[in-house]
Amino acid sequence: MGSFDLAPLWISLRTSVLAAVLVFFFGVLFARLLLYANGPVKWLTDVLFTLPLVLPPTVVGFFLLVVFGRNSPIGRFLGGLDISLVFSWQATVLAAVVVSFPLMYRAAKGALEQVPVDLVWAARTLGMPESRIFLRVMVPQAWPGIAAGAALSFARALGEFGATMMIAGNIPGRTQTMPVAIYFATAGGHMDAAAIWVAIITVVSCIVLGLMNYYNGRQTVKNAAGGGI
Amino acid sequence: MKKLFCMILAAAMVLAAGCSSGSEPASSAVPASGPALEPASSEEASEAAAGEPVELMVSAAASLTDCLTEMKALYEAENEGVTLTFNFGASGALQQQIEQGAPADVFFSAGKKQMTALSEAGLMNDATVKDILENKVVLIVPAGGEKIESFEALADTSITQIGVGEPSSVPVGQYTEEAFANLGLTDKLKDKLVFAKDVREVLSWVETQNVQAGIVYETDAKISDKVEICCAAPEGSHKKVIYPVGVTRDSTAPDAAKAFVDYLFGDEAKDLFVKYGFSPVS
Repeated sequence: MGSFDLAPLWISLRTSVLAAVLVFFFGVLFARLLLYANGPVKWLTDVLFTLPLVLPPTVVGFFLLVVFGRNSPIGRFLGGLDISLVFSWQATVLAAVVVSFPLMYRAAKGALEQVPVDLVWAARTLGMPESRIFLRVMVPQAWPGIAAGAALSFARALGEFGATMMIAGNIPGRTQTMPVAIYFATAGGHMDAAAIWVAIITVVSCIVLGLMNYYNGRQTVKNAAGGGI
Repeated sequence: MKKLFCMILAAAMVLAAGCSSGSEPASSAVPASGPALEPASSEEASEAAAGEPVELMVSAAASLTDCLTEMKALYEAENEGVTLTFNFGASGALQQQIEQGAPADVFFSAGKKQMTALSEAGLMNDATVKDILENKVVLIVPAGGEKIESFEALADTSITQIGVGEPSSVPVGQYTEEAFANLGLTDKLKDKLVFAKDVREVLSWVETQNVQAGIVYETDAKISDKVEICCAAPEGSHKKVIYPVGVTRDSTAPDAAKAFVDYLFGDEAKDLFVKYGFSPVS
């Protein structure tokens, strides 16, 4: 069978780590921006940001194809710059970001909402600017919940399959992530290769979920103790 | 909490046993239902003869989608009580499904490799397996786009993405790989290939211009007016494209399945195949 090609592992890791980092920043940022939102803005953004979580990945893939495909306005603009998003490794990151963003957003929002209001107001009376309050008071208080969200988003990005297949395709060495490799190995009858990938993903996912549970436990303790400093 | 967990686990196991005994009589989790299902399948076969409603599941290569869909109406009109259900996909994926126990009655493959694999695993009724159609492998580009003169021209630097079938599971991908190897193009084209899960996906990529060129069967190219055929794979660059068809060993309606396969070799079916660009095996 020759040497086992480890490319899907590196591609998956690169995609998931990049996606997790992007999603971490944007998820926490938007959670903070919308923390004090009210009315239709809050309702609309909540639905919009949670939608990729409940929609089937194929629906997400369809939308991404329509929005970024070569025939779309964005696609043609990028085409003019000689950039093709579809079937590129950047597309795997795009798909992973879209499907894992809701998890980070909701986890961060939930954690930030749990921060004791007294602490925030105390900081305000002391004249702290909102951005410092966010970085020095809210995030540290909400850290376990945010970390749990980051772990979960990483796991989701690692396991993304449907949307990835549709906009990134299957290019061994470039866009073939582990889930895609498993699908084609199984379809082609290479059950041994598929089993190896399955084992790797399962082990990584177990570790990540263990981390997530650890952080969730810490957050619960923090909340119960009244968010003691 | 522990009690609730045990109850849910037990319920899930009962559900799983129920589902598996419904679709896989041979490997049912409850032994008692095994023998009970065998008389039922021979009942079904004699029911088919007696004109009772029969449903045939035909696993067929993706390239046969349009042709067989048109055939369905014709066959069902002439054979009252028989319903054809088609499961279209890459022949490799279909082969895997049958190996894992999918309830297909007829397997219509785009490649001999998949049919041979099933025969060797003892999953086909070998007496019913015969070669039926031939097809050609062609290079296509989006309609109105720049034509590519030959397979060798794919090595040009202006071509960056070529859609092909995944070689292990998609027959057209195998023929493509073979043709590239015989033309000495494998290394030159290695980094440009995007692998599809079946031939129709390649067609769709070329139609939507997400790839600059694709390699599909002549019959697929003819279906779409959004693609143009540039050239066929050079004579002798790959093994002949032969579609075999046969009845599966575990078919629950073997007589009806054999009747359908016989129909496929008849004149009415032959005319339909030719209309879509297939060549019946002489």
